[in-house]
Amino acid sequence: MTNVTMTVNGKSVSAPAEGRTLLVEYLRTGLGLTGTHVGCDTSQCGACVVHVDGRAVKSCTVFAMDVEGSDVRTIEGMANADGSLGVVQQAFQDHHGLQCGFCTPGMVMTTAALLAENPRPSEAEVRHGLEGNICRCTGYHNIVKAVLAASGQDADAIAAQ
Amino acid sequence: MKPFAYHRAQSLRDIPDGATIIAGGTNLLDLMKHEIATPNTLVDISHLDLNRIEPEADGLRIGALVRNSDLAADPVIRRDYPVLSRALLAGASGQLRNMATTGGNLMQRTRCPYFYDLRTQCNKRAPGTGCAAMGGVIRNHAIFGASPDCVATYPGDMAVALSALGAEVEIAGPDPRRVPVADFHLLPGNTPHVETRLRPGEIITAVILPAPVTGEQRYRKVRDRASFAFALVSVAAVITMVDGRITRAALACGGVAAKPWRDPECEAALVGREPSDALFEQAASLMLRSASSQEGNAFKIPLLRRTLIATLRDATGLEPAP
Ligand SMILES: Cc1cc2nc3c(=O)[nH]c(=O)nc-3n(C[C@H](O)[C@H](O)[C@H](O)COP(=O)(O)OP(=O)(O)OC[C@H]3O[C@@H](n4cnc5c(N)ncnc54)[C@H](O)[C@@H]3O)c2cc1C
Ligand code: FES
Ligand code: FES
Repeated sequence: MTNVTMTVNGKSVSAPAEGRTLLVEYLRTGLGLTGTHVGCDTSQCGACVVHVDGRAVKSCTVFAMDVEGSDVRTIEGMANADGSLGVVQQAFQDHHGLQCGFCTPGMVMTTAALLAENPRPSEAEVRHGLEGNICRCTGYHNIVKAVLAASGQDADAIAAQ
Repeated sequence: MKPFAYHRAQSLRDIPDGATIIAGGTNLLDLMKHEIATPNTLVDISHLDLNRIEPEADGLRIGALVRNSDLAADPVIRRDYPVLSRALLAGASGQLRNMATTGGNLMQRTRCPYFYDLRTQCNKRAPGTGCAAMGGVIRNHAIFGASPDCVATYPGDMAVALSALGAEVEIAGPDPRRVPVADFHLLPGNTPHVETRLRPGEIITAVILPAPVTGEQRYRKVRDRASFAFALVSVAAVITMVDGRITRAALACGGVAAKPWRDPECEAALVGREPSDALFEQAASLMLRSASSQEGNAFKIPLLRRTLIATLRDATGLEPAP
Protein backbone atom coordinates (compact mmCIF):
# COMPACT_ATOMS: atom_id res chain seq x y z
CA MET A 1 0.00 0.00 0.00
CA THR A 2 1.16 3.48 -0.73
CA ASN A 3 -0.41 6.77 0.19
CA VAL A 4 -2.35 8.38 -2.62
CA THR A 5 -2.90 12.12 -2.46
CA MET A 6 -5.54 14.15 -4.27
CA THR A 7 -7.82 17.11 -3.68
CA VAL A 8 -11.33 16.12 -2.65
CA ASN A 9 -14.01 18.78 -2.28
CA GLY A 10 -11.34 21.47 -2.09
CA LYS A 11 -9.19 19.82 0.58
CA SER A 12 -5.91 18.02 0.04
CA VAL A 13 -6.35 14.45 1.30
CA SER A 14 -4.21 11.36 1.51
CA ALA A 15 -5.14 7.73 2.17
CA PRO A 16 -3.51 4.36 1.58
CA ALA A 17 -4.34 2.52 -1.65
CA GLU A 18 -3.21 -0.56 -3.55
CA GLY A 19 -2.89 -0.55 -7.32
CA ARG A 20 -6.30 -2.20 -7.54
CA THR A 21 -8.07 0.21 -5.16
CA LEU A 22 -10.95 1.80 -7.03
CA LEU A 23 -11.57 5.51 -6.67
CA VAL A 24 -14.96 4.75 -5.11
CA GLU A 25 -13.34 2.50 -2.47
CA TYR A 26 -10.75 5.16 -1.80
CA LEU A 27 -13.50 7.72 -1.22
CA ARG A 28 -15.82 5.51 0.83
CA THR A 29 -13.38 3.39 2.82
CA GLY A 30 -10.23 5.47 2.76
CA LEU A 31 -11.85 8.84 3.39
CA GLY A 32 -15.20 7.82 4.90
CA LEU A 33 -17.10 9.77 2.21
CA THR A 34 -19.97 7.32 1.85
CA GLY A 35 -22.27 9.65 -0.09
CA THR A 36 -20.90 8.18 -3.33
CA HIS A 37 -22.74 4.88 -3.84
CA VAL A 38 -21.89 1.60 -5.52
CA GLY A 39 -24.78 0.06 -7.42
CA CYS A 40 -23.49 -2.22 -10.12
CA ASP A 41 -19.70 -1.99 -9.82
CA THR A 42 -19.49 -2.41 -13.61
CA SER A 43 -20.01 1.16 -14.94
CA GLN A 44 -23.64 0.62 -15.87
CA CYS A 45 -25.76 2.36 -13.22
CA GLY A 46 -24.10 5.72 -12.47
CA ALA A 47 -24.64 5.66 -8.68
CA CYS A 48 -20.89 6.21 -8.24
CA VAL A 49 -20.47 9.32 -10.42
CA VAL A 50 -18.04 11.95 -9.14
CA HIS A 51 -16.18 14.76 -10.87
CA VAL A 52 -12.50 14.38 -11.70
CA ASP A 53 -10.98 17.65 -12.83
CA GLY A 54 -14.46 18.95 -13.55
CA ARG A 55 -15.73 15.96 -15.55
CA ALA A 56 -18.28 13.38 -14.54
CA VAL A 57 -16.79 9.89 -14.34
CA LYS A 58 -17.83 6.57 -12.87
CA SER A 59 -15.65 6.10 -9.82
CA CYS A 60 -16.17 2.31 -9.83
CA THR A 61 -14.20 2.15 -13.07
CA VAL A 62 -11.19 4.29 -12.17
CA PHE A 63 -8.21 3.28 -10.09
CA ALA A 64 -7.42 5.74 -7.31
CA MET A 65 -3.78 5.82 -8.43
CA ASP A 66 -4.82 6.87 -11.92
CA VAL A 67 -6.26 10.12 -10.55
CA GLU A 68 -3.52 10.82 -8.01
CA GLY A 69 -3.04 14.59 -7.89
CA SER A 70 -6.44 15.31 -9.47
CA ASP A 71 -9.21 17.56 -8.24
CA VAL A 72 -12.14 15.37 -7.22
CA ARG A 73 -15.61 16.51 -6.22
CA THR A 74 -18.21 14.30 -4.59
CA ILE A 75 -21.80 14.74 -3.44
CA GLU A 76 -20.43 15.88 -0.06
CA GLY A 77 -19.04 18.92 -1.83
CA MET A 78 -22.32 20.01 -3.44
CA ALA A 79 -24.01 21.88 -0.60
CA ASN A 80 -23.63 25.64 -0.25
CA ALA A 81 -21.00 27.02 2.14
CA ASP A 82 -23.65 27.57 4.82
CA GLY A 83 -24.71 23.93 4.64
CA SER A 84 -27.97 24.54 2.76
CA LEU A 85 -28.69 22.43 -0.31
CA GLY A 86 -27.01 23.46 -3.55
CA VAL A 87 -29.12 24.49 -6.55
CA VAL A 88 -29.20 21.03 -8.13
CA GLN A 89 -29.90 19.27 -4.83
CA GLN A 90 -32.69 21.71 -4.02
CA ALA A 91 -34.27 21.19 -7.44
CA PHE A 92 -34.26 17.40 -6.92
CA GLN A 93 -36.02 17.91 -3.59
CA ASP A 94 -38.54 20.43 -4.95
CA HIS A 95 -39.50 18.30 -7.96
CA HIS A 96 -39.48 14.90 -6.21
CA GLY A 97 -36.53 13.78 -8.31
CA LEU A 98 -35.83 11.04 -5.79
CA GLN A 99 -37.61 8.31 -3.93
CA CYS A 100 -35.22 5.83 -2.28
CA GLY A 101 -32.33 8.16 -2.99
CA PHE A 102 -29.82 5.48 -3.98
CA CYS A 103 -29.18 6.87 -7.44
CA THR A 104 -29.37 10.50 -6.32
CA PRO A 105 -25.71 11.29 -5.59
CA GLY A 106 -24.79 10.12 -9.09
CA MET A 107 -27.76 11.92 -10.64
CA VAL A 108 -26.80 15.17 -8.92
CA MET A 109 -23.14 14.91 -9.94
CA THR A 110 -24.02 14.08 -13.56
CA THR A 111 -26.52 16.95 -13.62
CA ALA A 112 -23.99 19.44 -12.26
CA ALA A 113 -21.46 18.45 -14.94
CA LEU A 114 -24.13 18.57 -17.64
CA LEU A 115 -25.25 22.06 -16.66
CA ALA A 116 -21.67 23.32 -16.43
CA GLU A 117 -21.24 22.31 -20.09
CA ASN A 118 -24.73 23.15 -21.30
CA PRO A 119 -26.47 25.67 -19.00
CA ARG A 120 -29.89 25.52 -20.76
CA PRO A 121 -30.33 21.99 -22.07
CA SER A 122 -33.46 20.87 -23.89
CA GLU A 123 -35.44 17.98 -22.48
CA ALA A 124 -33.89 15.67 -25.09
CA GLU A 125 -30.40 16.85 -24.12
CA VAL A 126 -31.16 16.19 -20.46
CA ARG A 127 -32.34 12.67 -21.25
CA HIS A 128 -29.27 11.97 -23.38
CA GLY A 129 -27.03 13.53 -20.72
CA LEU A 130 -28.45 11.23 -18.04
CA GLU A 131 -28.30 8.04 -20.11
CA GLY A 132 -25.55 6.62 -17.91
CA ASN A 133 -27.60 6.98 -14.73
CA ILE A 134 -30.19 4.39 -13.87
CA CYS A 135 -33.02 5.00 -11.40
CA ARG A 136 -35.32 2.17 -10.45
CA CYS A 137 -37.81 4.27 -8.51
CA THR A 138 -38.85 7.49 -10.18
CA GLY A 139 -39.48 6.66 -13.82
CA TYR A 140 -37.19 9.61 -14.63
CA HIS A 141 -39.85 12.25 -15.36
CA ASN A 142 -39.33 14.08 -12.10
CA ILE A 143 -35.58 13.82 -12.46
CA VAL A 144 -35.78 15.46 -15.88
CA LYS A 145 -38.02 18.16 -14.41
CA ALA A 146 -35.54 18.74 -11.58
CA VAL A 147 -32.66 19.13 -14.02
CA LEU A 148 -34.62 21.58 -16.18
CA ALA A 149 -35.60 23.52 -13.05
CA ALA A 150 -32.00 23.57 -11.83
CA SER A 151 -31.10 25.20 -15.16
CA GLY A 152 -33.63 27.95 -14.46
CA GLN A 153 -36.17 26.73 -17.01
CA ASP A 154 -39.86 26.24 -16.38
CA ALA A 155 -39.91 22.47 -16.17
CA ASP A 156 -43.68 22.15 -15.98
CA ALA A 157 -44.20 24.27 -19.08
CA ILE A 158 -41.69 22.18 -21.04
CA ALA A 159 -43.27 18.96 -19.79
CA ALA A 160 -46.71 20.19 -20.84
CA GLN A 161 -45.58 20.78 -24.44
CA MET B 1 -9.41 -8.50 -8.71
CA LYS B 2 -5.91 -9.99 -8.71
CA PRO B 3 -3.27 -7.65 -7.27
CA PHE B 4 -0.78 -6.15 -9.72
CA ALA B 5 2.03 -3.62 -9.84
CA TYR B 6 0.82 -0.21 -11.02
CA HIS B 7 3.18 1.99 -12.99
CA ARG B 8 2.45 5.44 -14.38
CA ALA B 9 4.38 5.69 -17.68
CA GLN B 10 6.45 8.86 -18.10
CA SER B 11 7.12 8.33 -21.81
CA LEU B 12 6.41 5.88 -24.64
CA ARG B 13 9.74 4.20 -23.89
CA ASP B 14 8.73 3.73 -20.27
CA ILE B 15 6.57 0.65 -20.94
CA PRO B 16 8.14 -2.59 -19.66
CA ASP B 17 8.00 -5.73 -21.83
CA GLY B 18 4.96 -7.84 -21.14
CA ALA B 19 3.11 -5.10 -19.28
CA THR B 20 -0.57 -4.44 -19.94
CA ILE B 21 -1.48 -0.93 -20.97
CA ILE B 22 -4.37 0.91 -19.37
CA ALA B 23 -5.70 4.13 -20.89
CA GLY B 24 -9.24 5.18 -19.85
CA GLY B 25 -9.71 1.82 -18.12
CA THR B 26 -13.41 1.63 -18.98
CA ASN B 27 -13.04 -1.77 -20.64
CA LEU B 28 -9.92 -3.19 -19.03
CA LEU B 29 -11.09 -2.55 -15.48
CA ASP B 30 -14.23 -4.60 -16.03
CA LEU B 31 -12.15 -7.39 -17.56
CA MET B 32 -9.86 -7.30 -14.54
CA LYS B 33 -12.79 -7.40 -12.13
CA HIS B 34 -14.05 -10.51 -13.93
CA GLU B 35 -10.46 -11.85 -13.92
CA ILE B 36 -10.58 -12.29 -17.68
CA ALA B 37 -7.55 -10.00 -17.76
CA THR B 38 -5.06 -10.70 -14.98
CA PRO B 39 -2.03 -8.48 -15.63
CA ASN B 40 0.98 -8.65 -13.34
CA THR B 41 2.08 -5.18 -14.32
CA LEU B 42 -0.30 -2.45 -15.36
CA VAL B 43 1.15 0.56 -17.11
CA ASP B 44 -1.02 3.64 -17.03
CA ILE B 45 -0.39 5.60 -20.23
CA SER B 46 -3.21 8.07 -19.63
CA HIS B 47 -0.84 10.85 -18.57
CA LEU B 48 1.30 10.74 -21.73
CA ASP B 49 1.20 13.58 -24.21
CA LEU B 50 -0.94 11.85 -26.86
CA ASN B 51 -4.11 13.83 -26.34
CA ARG B 52 -4.12 16.35 -29.17
CA ILE B 53 -6.15 16.67 -32.36
CA GLU B 54 -3.88 18.32 -34.95
CA PRO B 55 -3.86 18.93 -38.70
CA GLU B 56 -1.96 16.25 -40.64
CA ALA B 57 -1.53 16.52 -44.41
CA ASP B 58 -5.06 17.43 -45.56
CA GLY B 59 -6.67 15.55 -42.70
CA LEU B 60 -6.30 15.22 -38.94
CA ARG B 61 -4.15 13.37 -36.47
CA ILE B 62 -6.07 12.23 -33.40
CA GLY B 63 -3.80 11.28 -30.50
CA ALA B 64 -4.47 7.84 -29.01
CA LEU B 65 -5.36 9.41 -25.66
CA VAL B 66 -7.91 11.92 -26.94
CA ARG B 67 -11.01 11.22 -24.88
CA ASN B 68 -14.12 10.07 -26.74
CA SER B 69 -16.07 13.05 -25.35
CA ASP B 70 -13.46 15.55 -26.59
CA LEU B 71 -13.30 13.91 -30.01
CA ALA B 72 -17.08 13.94 -30.39
CA ALA B 73 -17.27 17.62 -29.39
CA ASP B 74 -14.34 18.85 -31.48
CA PRO B 75 -15.64 21.55 -33.87
CA VAL B 76 -13.56 20.35 -36.84
CA ILE B 77 -14.69 16.76 -36.34
CA ARG B 78 -18.30 17.87 -36.10
CA ARG B 79 -18.00 19.92 -39.27
CA ASP B 80 -15.88 17.70 -41.50
CA TYR B 81 -16.34 14.19 -40.08
CA PRO B 82 -19.82 14.28 -38.52
CA VAL B 83 -20.27 10.51 -38.87
CA LEU B 84 -17.45 10.08 -36.34
CA SER B 85 -19.03 12.45 -33.86
CA ARG B 86 -22.44 10.74 -34.26
CA ALA B 87 -20.96 7.28 -33.80
CA LEU B 88 -19.12 8.32 -30.63
CA LEU B 89 -22.20 9.96 -29.14
CA ALA B 90 -24.24 6.84 -29.90
CA GLY B 91 -21.90 4.80 -27.69
CA ALA B 92 -21.65 4.26 -23.94
CA SER B 93 -22.62 7.25 -21.73
CA GLY B 94 -21.19 10.69 -21.02
CA GLN B 95 -19.24 9.58 -17.96
CA LEU B 96 -17.66 6.70 -19.87
CA ARG B 97 -16.86 8.86 -22.92
CA ASN B 98 -15.11 11.27 -20.53
CA MET B 99 -12.66 8.48 -19.66
CA ALA B 100 -12.58 6.33 -22.82
CA THR B 101 -9.75 7.02 -25.25
CA THR B 102 -9.35 6.69 -29.02
CA GLY B 103 -6.80 3.87 -28.72
CA GLY B 104 -8.73 2.01 -26.02
CA ASN B 105 -11.96 2.27 -28.00
CA LEU B 106 -10.33 0.58 -31.02
CA MET B 107 -8.96 -2.15 -28.74
CA GLN B 108 -12.13 -2.82 -26.74
CA ARG B 109 -12.98 -6.50 -26.41
CA THR B 110 -16.09 -8.33 -27.53
CA ARG B 111 -19.34 -8.36 -25.56
CA CYS B 112 -20.01 -12.07 -26.23
CA PRO B 113 -21.55 -13.30 -22.97
CA TYR B 114 -19.49 -16.49 -23.08
CA PHE B 115 -16.27 -14.48 -23.27
CA TYR B 116 -17.32 -12.93 -19.94
CA ASP B 117 -18.39 -16.20 -18.30
CA LEU B 118 -15.34 -17.98 -16.94
CA ARG B 119 -17.31 -21.21 -16.49
CA THR B 120 -17.88 -21.63 -20.23
CA GLN B 121 -15.62 -22.49 -23.14
CA CYS B 122 -14.25 -19.64 -25.21
CA ASN B 123 -11.48 -19.81 -27.78
CA LYS B 124 -10.94 -16.08 -27.49
CA ARG B 125 -10.45 -16.07 -23.72
CA ALA B 126 -8.83 -19.51 -23.42
CA PRO B 127 -7.52 -20.63 -26.82
CA GLY B 128 -8.33 -24.21 -27.73
CA THR B 129 -11.17 -24.75 -25.24
CA GLY B 130 -14.02 -24.45 -27.75
CA CYS B 131 -16.84 -21.99 -28.39
CA ALA B 132 -19.89 -22.14 -26.13
CA ALA B 133 -21.72 -19.66 -28.35
CA MET B 134 -22.02 -22.35 -31.04
CA GLY B 135 -25.48 -23.70 -30.33
CA GLY B 136 -25.78 -21.32 -27.39
CA VAL B 137 -27.49 -17.98 -26.91
CA ILE B 138 -26.28 -16.07 -29.90
CA ARG B 139 -28.32 -12.88 -30.14
CA ASN B 140 -25.46 -10.39 -30.48
CA HIS B 141 -23.18 -12.53 -32.63
CA ALA B 142 -21.63 -12.22 -36.07
CA ILE B 143 -23.35 -12.79 -39.40
CA PHE B 144 -20.21 -12.09 -41.45
CA GLY B 145 -16.75 -13.62 -41.33
CA ALA B 146 -17.33 -15.95 -38.36
CA SER B 147 -15.52 -19.28 -38.10
CA PRO B 148 -16.35 -22.58 -36.40
CA ASP B 149 -14.04 -21.42 -33.62
CA CYS B 150 -15.64 -18.03 -32.89
CA VAL B 151 -18.76 -16.01 -33.72
CA ALA B 152 -18.03 -12.99 -31.54
CA THR B 153 -18.40 -9.44 -32.83
CA TYR B 154 -16.31 -6.34 -32.37
CA PRO B 155 -18.81 -4.22 -30.43
CA GLY B 156 -17.59 -0.65 -30.92
CA ASP B 157 -19.21 2.23 -32.79
CA MET B 158 -16.26 4.59 -33.35
CA ALA B 159 -14.28 2.17 -35.52
CA VAL B 160 -17.28 1.67 -37.81
CA ALA B 161 -17.27 5.37 -38.64
CA LEU B 162 -13.46 5.44 -38.91
CA SER B 163 -13.55 2.53 -41.35
CA ALA B 164 -16.07 4.31 -43.60
CA LEU B 165 -13.93 7.46 -43.43
CA GLY B 166 -10.82 5.59 -44.57
CA ALA B 167 -8.87 6.37 -41.39
CA GLU B 168 -5.57 4.75 -40.44
CA VAL B 169 -4.14 3.52 -37.15
CA GLU B 170 -0.63 4.73 -36.30
CA ILE B 171 1.39 2.08 -34.49
CA ALA B 172 4.62 2.61 -32.52
CA GLY B 173 7.09 -0.12 -31.60
CA PRO B 174 10.00 -1.93 -33.23
CA ASP B 175 8.21 -1.69 -36.62
CA PRO B 176 6.40 1.67 -36.71
CA ARG B 177 3.69 1.75 -39.38
CA ARG B 178 0.17 2.72 -40.31
CA VAL B 179 -2.65 0.26 -40.86
CA PRO B 180 -6.05 1.21 -42.31
CA VAL B 181 -8.79 0.91 -39.69
CA ALA B 182 -10.62 -1.27 -42.22
CA ASP B 183 -7.77 -3.83 -41.98
CA PHE B 184 -6.92 -3.36 -38.30
CA HIS B 185 -9.30 -5.91 -36.75
CA LEU B 186 -8.91 -9.54 -37.81
CA LEU B 187 -11.51 -12.17 -38.57
CA PRO B 188 -11.34 -15.05 -36.11
CA GLY B 189 -10.23 -17.96 -38.34
CA ASN B 190 -8.71 -20.52 -35.99
CA THR B 191 -6.98 -17.88 -33.84
CA PRO B 192 -9.85 -15.81 -32.42
CA HIS B 193 -7.66 -14.63 -29.54
CA VAL B 194 -5.60 -12.61 -32.06
CA GLU B 195 -7.97 -9.72 -32.64
CA THR B 196 -5.98 -6.95 -34.31
CA ARG B 197 -2.82 -6.30 -36.26
CA LEU B 198 -1.22 -4.85 -33.14
CA ARG B 199 1.66 -7.13 -32.10
CA PRO B 200 2.92 -7.66 -28.55
CA GLY B 201 5.05 -4.72 -27.47
CA GLU B 202 3.30 -2.30 -29.83
CA ILE B 203 1.09 0.62 -28.94
CA ILE B 204 -1.38 2.76 -30.85
CA THR B 205 -0.21 6.38 -30.86
CA ALA B 206 -2.81 8.00 -33.13
CA VAL B 207 -5.59 7.66 -35.65
CA ILE B 208 -5.11 9.54 -38.92
CA LEU B 209 -8.09 10.91 -40.79
CA PRO B 210 -7.70 11.59 -44.53
CA ALA B 211 -8.91 14.83 -46.10
CA PRO B 212 -12.62 15.33 -45.56
CA VAL B 213 -14.97 14.06 -48.27
CA THR B 214 -17.73 16.32 -49.49
CA GLY B 215 -21.18 14.83 -49.28
CA GLU B 216 -23.44 13.30 -46.71
CA GLN B 217 -22.39 11.31 -43.66
CA ARG B 218 -24.75 9.23 -41.52
CA TYR B 219 -24.49 6.87 -38.57
CA ARG B 220 -27.51 4.76 -37.76
CA LYS B 221 -27.43 2.43 -34.79
CA VAL B 222 -30.11 -0.09 -33.87
CA ARG B 223 -30.13 -1.43 -30.34
CA ASP B 224 -32.39 -3.13 -27.85
CA ARG B 225 -33.21 0.13 -26.08
CA ALA B 226 -32.94 3.76 -27.07
CA SER B 227 -29.79 4.57 -25.13
CA PHE B 228 -26.76 3.10 -23.44
CA ALA B 229 -26.61 -0.21 -25.28
CA PHE B 230 -24.29 -1.78 -27.81
CA ALA B 231 -25.36 -2.00 -31.45
CA LEU B 232 -27.32 -4.97 -32.71
CA VAL B 233 -26.44 -3.57 -36.10
CA SER B 234 -25.17 -0.17 -37.17
CA VAL B 235 -24.32 1.48 -40.46
CA ALA B 236 -21.88 4.31 -41.19
CA ALA B 237 -22.35 5.87 -44.62
CA VAL B 238 -20.24 8.47 -46.43
CA ILE B 239 -21.93 9.28 -49.74
CA THR B 240 -21.00 11.84 -52.39
CA MET B 241 -23.44 12.83 -55.13
CA VAL B 242 -22.89 14.99 -58.21
CA ASP B 243 -25.80 16.03 -60.47
CA GLY B 244 -28.15 13.54 -58.87
CA ARG B 245 -25.79 10.58 -59.21
CA ILE B 246 -23.77 8.82 -56.54
CA THR B 247 -20.08 9.32 -57.31
CA ARG B 248 -18.57 7.78 -54.19
CA ALA B 249 -19.95 5.49 -51.51
CA ALA B 250 -18.35 4.10 -48.37
CA LEU B 251 -20.46 1.86 -46.14
CA ALA B 252 -19.34 0.14 -42.94
CA CYS B 253 -21.53 -2.07 -40.78
CA GLY B 254 -21.12 -2.58 -37.03
CA GLY B 255 -22.27 -5.30 -34.68
CA VAL B 256 -22.19 -7.92 -37.43
CA ALA B 257 -18.59 -9.19 -37.55
CA ALA B 258 -15.31 -9.24 -35.66
CA LYS B 259 -14.52 -6.03 -37.52
CA PRO B 260 -16.43 -3.14 -39.08
CA TRP B 261 -17.77 -4.92 -42.16
CA ARG B 262 -17.29 -3.43 -45.62
CA ASP B 263 -18.11 -4.87 -48.99
CA PRO B 264 -16.36 -3.27 -51.96
CA GLU B 265 -18.79 -4.80 -54.48
CA CYS B 266 -21.78 -3.36 -52.68
CA GLU B 267 -20.15 0.08 -52.63
CA ALA B 268 -19.13 -0.14 -56.29
CA ALA B 269 -22.69 -1.04 -57.29
CA LEU B 270 -23.89 2.34 -56.05
CA VAL B 271 -21.37 4.44 -57.94
CA GLY B 272 -22.58 6.16 -61.10
CA ARG B 273 -26.21 5.44 -60.28
CA GLU B 274 -29.18 7.59 -59.32
CA PRO B 275 -30.57 6.82 -55.88
CA SER B 276 -33.67 4.63 -55.97
CA ASP B 277 -35.29 1.98 -53.82
CA ALA B 278 -34.48 -0.65 -56.42
CA LEU B 279 -30.80 0.32 -56.34
CA PHE B 280 -30.68 0.22 -52.56
CA GLU B 281 -32.41 -3.18 -52.44
CA GLN B 282 -29.80 -4.45 -54.87
CA ALA B 283 -26.96 -2.97 -52.79
CA ALA B 284 -28.35 -4.53 -49.61
CA SER B 285 -28.61 -7.91 -51.34
CA LEU B 286 -24.98 -7.63 -52.41
CA MET B 287 -23.93 -6.76 -48.87
CA LEU B 288 -25.90 -9.65 -47.42
CA ARG B 289 -24.96 -12.32 -49.98
CA SER B 290 -22.12 -13.46 -47.71
CA ALA B 291 -24.15 -13.37 -44.49
CA SER B 292 -24.85 -16.49 -42.50
CA SER B 293 -26.64 -16.92 -39.22
CA GLN B 294 -27.88 -19.33 -36.60
CA GLU B 295 -31.38 -19.27 -35.20
CA GLY B 296 -30.62 -16.74 -32.46
CA ASN B 297 -29.10 -14.06 -34.67
CA ALA B 298 -31.05 -14.67 -37.90
CA PHE B 299 -33.01 -11.46 -37.20
CA LYS B 300 -29.85 -9.48 -37.90
CA ILE B 301 -30.02 -10.22 -41.64
CA PRO B 302 -33.37 -8.47 -42.31
CA LEU B 303 -32.49 -5.87 -39.68
CA LEU B 304 -29.25 -4.97 -41.43
CA ARG B 305 -31.06 -4.90 -44.79
CA ARG B 306 -33.60 -2.41 -43.48
CA THR B 307 -31.01 -0.33 -41.66
CA LEU B 308 -28.77 -0.15 -44.71
CA ILE B 309 -31.63 0.89 -46.98
CA ALA B 310 -32.91 3.48 -44.49
CA THR B 311 -29.43 4.94 -44.13
CA LEU B 312 -28.95 5.15 -47.89
CA ARG B 313 -32.37 6.77 -48.38
CA ASP B 314 -31.56 9.30 -45.71
CA ALA B 315 -28.04 10.07 -47.00
CA THR B 316 -29.15 10.47 -50.62
CA GLY B 317 -32.22 12.58 -49.90
CA LEU B 318 -34.86 10.02 -50.86
CA GLU B 319 -37.54 10.27 -48.23
CA PRO B 320 -36.41 8.71 -44.97
CA ALA B 321 -37.89 5.23 -44.79
CA PRO B 322 -41.35 5.28 -43.10
C1 LIG C 1 -21.51 0.13 -19.71
C2 LIG C 1 -20.72 0.32 -20.98
C3 LIG C 1 -21.36 0.62 -22.18
C4 LIG C 1 -20.63 0.82 -23.34
N1 LIG C 1 -21.29 1.08 -24.51
C5 LIG C 1 -20.58 1.24 -25.65
C6 LIG C 1 -21.23 1.47 -26.90
O1 LIG C 1 -22.45 1.56 -26.98
N2 LIG C 1 -20.46 1.61 -28.00
C7 LIG C 1 -19.10 1.54 -27.95
O2 LIG C 1 -18.46 1.70 -28.97
N3 LIG C 1 -18.46 1.31 -26.80
C8 LIG C 1 -19.17 1.15 -25.66
N4 LIG C 1 -18.51 0.88 -24.50
C9 LIG C 1 -17.08 0.60 -24.55
C10 LIG C 1 -16.21 1.81 -24.41
O3 LIG C 1 -16.32 2.60 -25.57
C11 LIG C 1 -14.78 1.31 -24.23
O4 LIG C 1 -14.71 0.71 -22.95
C12 LIG C 1 -13.74 2.39 -24.33
O5 LIG C 1 -13.77 3.02 -25.57
C13 LIG C 1 -12.36 1.82 -24.09
O6 LIG C 1 -11.41 2.86 -24.03
P1 LIG C 1 -10.44 3.01 -22.77
O7 LIG C 1 -9.50 4.10 -23.04
O8 LIG C 1 -11.24 3.14 -21.51
O9 LIG C 1 -9.72 1.60 -22.81
P2 LIG C 1 -9.03 0.73 -21.67
O10 LIG C 1 -10.07 0.04 -20.87
O11 LIG C 1 -8.01 1.53 -20.95
O12 LIG C 1 -8.28 -0.32 -22.59
C14 LIG C 1 -8.98 -1.25 -23.41
C15 LIG C 1 -7.95 -2.14 -24.10
O13 LIG C 1 -7.19 -1.38 -25.02
C16 LIG C 1 -5.80 -1.47 -24.75
N5 LIG C 1 -5.26 -0.15 -25.07
C17 LIG C 1 -5.67 1.06 -24.57
N6 LIG C 1 -5.01 2.06 -25.17
C18 LIG C 1 -4.15 1.50 -26.04
C19 LIG C 1 -3.17 2.03 -26.95
N7 LIG C 1 -2.96 3.35 -27.08
N8 LIG C 1 -2.45 1.16 -27.69
C20 LIG C 1 -2.68 -0.18 -27.58
N9 LIG C 1 -3.57 -0.73 -26.73
C21 LIG C 1 -4.29 0.10 -25.99
C22 LIG C 1 -5.72 -1.88 -23.30
O14 LIG C 1 -4.53 -2.59 -23.03
C23 LIG C 1 -6.95 -2.76 -23.15
O15 LIG C 1 -6.68 -4.05 -23.59
C24 LIG C 1 -19.22 0.72 -23.31
C25 LIG C 1 -18.57 0.45 -22.11
C26 LIG C 1 -19.29 0.24 -20.95
C27 LIG C 1 -18.55 -0.06 -19.69
S1 FES D 1 -21.45 1.57 -9.35
FE1 FES D 1 -20.34 2.64 -10.82
S2 FES D 1 -21.69 2.73 -12.47
FE2 FES D 1 -22.78 1.45 -11.08
S1 FES E 1 -34.60 7.16 -6.37
FE1 FES E 1 -34.42 5.05 -6.01
S2 FES E 1 -33.03 4.47 -7.57
FE2 FES E 1 -33.43 6.50 -8.08
